Amino acid sequence: MATLVVGGTKRKAKVRLGPVVERALGFVVLGLVAIWLIANIVSDPNRFLGSALVGLQNGLLYALVALGYTMVYGIIELINFAHGDLFMLSTIVAAGLMVSVMGVGQLGVGTILPLIVALIVCMAFGGFINVSAEFLAYRRLRSAPKLAPLMTAVGLSFIFRGIAQQDYVNGSAQKNWAVVWGGPVVEGVFVYKLLMVIVVTVPLLLAMTYIVSKTKVGKAMRAVAQDQDGARLMGINVNGTISFVFALGGALAGAAGVLYFLVQTQTYYDTGTQLGLIAFTAAVLGGIGNLTGAVVGGLAIGIIQSINEGGAYGLGSNWSQSVVFLILIVLMVFKPEGIFGRPTTEKV
Amino acid sequence: MATSTAPRTSAPSPSRRSLSHYRWPIGYVVVIVGLFLLYHFILPNLVTQVSGPVTAWLPVATLNECLMWAIMALGLNVVVGYAGLLDLGYVAFWALGGYTAGWLMAAPFNWTWDFHLFGAVAKTYPGTHITFWLVILIAGVLCAILGLIIGAPTLRLRGDYLALVTLGFGEVITQFFRNSNDIAGRNLAGGDGGISIIDPIGTGPFGATGLVPPGLSNGAQDNVYKILVLGLLVGACLFISLRIREGRLGRAWLAIREDELAASMMGVPLVRTKLLAYAVGAFFGGIGGVANAAGITGAVSPSGFDFGKSVLVLLMVVLGGMGNVWGVTVGAFLLAWLNSNGLKQIGVQLDSWFGTTLTATLPRYNYIILGLLLVLMMLYRREGLIPEKRTKALMNTPSRTEMESMGAESLEAAAETAAVEKADAKTDAGIAASAAAVSPVLDESTPKREDRS
Repeated sequence: MATLVVGGTKRKAKVRLGPVVERALGFVVLGLVAIWLIANIVSDPNRFLGSALVGLQNGLLYALVALGYTMVYGIIELINFAHGDLFMLSTIVAAGLMVSVMGVGQLGVGTILPLIVALIVCMAFGGFINVSAEFLAYRRLRSAPKLAPLMTAVGLSFIFRGIAQQDYVNGSAQKNWAVVWGGPVVEGVFVYKLLMVIVVTVPLLLAMTYIVSKTKVGKAMRAVAQDQDGARLMGINVNGTISFVFALGGALAGAAGVLYFLVQTQTYYDTGTQLGLIAFTAAVLGGIGNLTGAVVGGLAIGIIQSINEGGAYGLGSNWSQSVVFLILIVLMVFKPEGIFGRPTTEKV
Repeated sequence: MATSTAPRTSAPSPSRRSLSHYRWPIGYVVVIVGLFLLYHFILPNLVTQVSGPVTAWLPVATLNECLMWAIMALGLNVVVGYAGLLDLGYVAFWALGGYTAGWLMAAPFNWTWDFHLFGAVAKTYPGTHITFWLVILIAGVLCAILGLIIGAPTLRLRGDYLALVTLGFGEVITQFFRNSNDIAGRNLAGGDGGISIIDPIGTGPFGATGLVPPGLSNGAQDNVYKILVLGLLVGACLFISLRIREGRLGRAWLAIREDELAASMMGVPLVRTKLLAYAVGAFFGGIGGVANAAGITGAVSPSGFDFGKSVLVLLMVVLGGMGNVWGVTVGAFLLAWLNSNGLKQIGVQLDSWFGTTLTATLPRYNYIILGLLLVLMMLYRREGLIPEKRTKALMNTPSRTEMESMGAESLEAAAETAAVEKADAKTDAGIAASAAAVSPVLDESTPKREDRS
């Protein structure tokens, strides 16, 4: 690290060592990750497969949440700290709706209808809360210095956590729900769980890509992200477009909440902070503001995390936050623009 | 920018400046000693009708907690208030400070040696027992080093990334201490249970005189003496904060906070200055951690160091007024009091007035109340309760890119609108007359131009 900083800031040297050393170290890190993956495959292929399937399942969920982060950041350059907690609230809504209201216990083919109902309700819930937050708070702070909306998001995240901690909502302890999964099990992975996640997530991701790249609203979104004033001059409803982005992000978080509850069968008020951090790391890994990047980043982080937890050579689930954090730090040092992102300089 | 156009007050003469520099320590000492005398001599001798409400609304233990949080808030103020770097994982330094106290001031869980250095406990105790004052310095330096390590890779990036990385860092430190009972087979810090029974603050030579107890444990009587100890620490932090702000480093921080690009053009070394802000803030955090572990709780455990604490400190800084040490201190007192005793006491009071049952329920809403407070502050009073003059202007000025995109035209337009709103019929007539005087010239010039083309 020390050599890096020195190399980067020394102005007198003709050949700047910084970028070269940085590049080389970056490749070394990549190589180490590859060696670690191969070692895991070789020593115990079955365990690797099982962990990779769990990773796919979690990674798709991370991708859903990461899309919400990346879209909001892409359009108004705000890290929406409350996004993870919105996701957490929707897991609680989903649990209450499916178990307490609709009486879902044993999961099977008959629970597809309740699942669809819960998805619709939670997506509407997430979208509504996110749009209200934008309307009540972020919109008024659009011309304020950057610190203000960021802190507002932190405050909102605090409020959401506080709501979830109330006894009549979820309580401050982890709450387990009597939801039972059946069906075949491959390497410790419930096949139906994985299928459900894939069947719900993939169409949502495709729909999102379609909306952003093919529709008129998507064009407006890209225009607003590029230049708000320019977009306004072209007759685009900037406020409406930003609200729409928040609605989309909230709806994705809502859907992810339903799936997360069904996969984990438990709810906890702190889920939002933990998963939010992971999802944001995924968004940064893929290149923030880039939709494909968020999905790829989510999958990559999901798989690395689950191999760390279940693979032959891993630190175990006690350290998964630390591993994700390590990825974030390494990324910040070597490739802050992400896999798909383009390096940007700060606008003057 | 508003900051540059605002009229500068002329600098006061040297003699007045030095006087104002020494005015506050006297006032501060008077307040702290006054509080000590109040709780030590006056309250016990008063009738319960008078002393009862005082001890109910502000018990000594809560006062000590407020003082401890003031140290934390002053530390975060250096990072957020002075240098403008949003740190959401400040609890990490608090935790490391607390655990340093646990390592150096407690009975062992896996130690096989005894080491005493002016410790507050008898020499027969096993384990490491170093005096509180030395541990404070050690913890501060450790935290500062940790701050440098964590800051180095991230400070080259944009501010909002820094917020996220610090948030992650706070989570990871907690996870480290939670897993610390089995790191490569060794018990480093006791895992979930943490380290308990940390030595009290020793009083050294004062204890030898027999006037004060030799070690300040958590009894009500000993707590009174802690007002002086913690008050001294807060005073030191206030002094450092105020002096550093006046100096070269402090001015560099303010410059970075207000416009990073302009500051770097003026020759402020960005990375070094930001790293120093981080290190100084972390140093204060370490002091706060030791003060909390040795002076308030007497134990450390990972469950106390959650994200909520980071936001609580941030809220103290924002509520009080970023960059203004007095505002930050007031904010810390207010929120620490609300969090530990105030909400409960307000509930008791409301219950006695309206017959509700808020005593038990109101403290459970503290997260929601604090979050709402943060959002409302950001929406309606961004500069805080006791704002600093510069911060006030800064927080109400659009950011650089915003200004540019709005352009100078909109600023001019705003000024014009204001002028029009102010104008009355008389000035209107004046404007109309002057316009009529000018218009013939315009009429002449217009055809001329057409001819030319």
